[in-house]
Amino acid sequence: MTPPGIPPIDELSVTLAHYLVVSGLVFGIGIVVALGKRNAIAVLMGIELMLNGVNLTLLAFSRFSSAFATGEEPLSGHAFVVFVLTVAAAEAAIALAMAVLLYRRRETVDLDRVNLMRW
Amino acid sequence: MDSTGIVIGFWALSAITVVSALLVLLARNLLHSLVFLVLSFLGMAGLFLTLSADFIAVAQILIYAGSISVLMVFAVMLTPLASRDNGNSLYLLPGLFGGLGIAVLVGFVAIDTEWAEHRGAALAESDFATTVGTVGQLLLGRYVLAFEIASVLLLFAFLGAIVLVQERRRGDDDASQDGASR
Repeated sequence: MTPPGIPPIDELSVTLAHYLVVSGLVFGIGIVVALGKRNAIAVLMGIELMLNGVNLTLLAFSRFSSAFATGEEPLSGHAFVVFVLTVAAAEAAIALAMAVLLYRRRETVDLDRVNLMRW
Repeated sequence: MDSTGIVIGFWALSAITVVSALLVLLARNLLHSLVFLVLSFLGMAGLFLTLSADFIAVAQILIYAGSISVLMVFAVMLTPLASRDNGNSLYLLPGLFGGLGIAVLVGFVAIDTEWAEHRGAALAESDFATTVGTVGQLLLGRYVLAFEIASVLLLFAFLGAIVLVQERRRGDDDASQDGASR
């Protein structure tokens, strides 16, 4: 007997909302990591998590609207994700180079101590 | 989409992804949180597979779990042991509120909206057998300009990274810029 309230597993289905909730969770955790961490590399990890959440959203919309149009139309989401991946790789390279440079000049990657531009 | 494997796969993979993303936040050691980040990327690649996005899933494993994490390991190793903790900054509380707010907002909108989505048989009919060919045609067809711009962006980003971390060896004329020149 399955308990009441929980349908048997063959009646469960995964819908668009499930994926959106997961991507919202990952995006929110990414925001917390990006804002709440002291280490520059940890901040970069948070940004990558946020980009991953957005990628999941794009792919989920692409998948669940795929029954509408014909041809290559629904796969535009996939092309967008390719661009997001490209920009993420470029951003990771630049940001990590900046972290190494920051360590060379200031002997720290602690962002709370990099306050040169604070008022 | 309603097959049992997809349902189990979705729940297991999303649990892996979200829990290891949380552990990125909670781990005390920066290297540990990096390992959890890679695990989260792998779970996300599995989620992409359940969305029948095979090309993107493989690209995710190659680019995120492969190269970006290796770059991060290099950056962690090039910075000293003392800064290898994963401490929280002054902005943790605003970050917590912001992240929680965004997650709750997105979740509420996602659950509450009547999405014009297809489910069941219509969705199963529109399964992509493979996406590689179509994505390739899109990238070199309709989005060819964006594709070229992205490749130029990537080239310049890598050139910029190389130039940024290059060590200057000639004289000490820019030693004031360089700090402790090493």
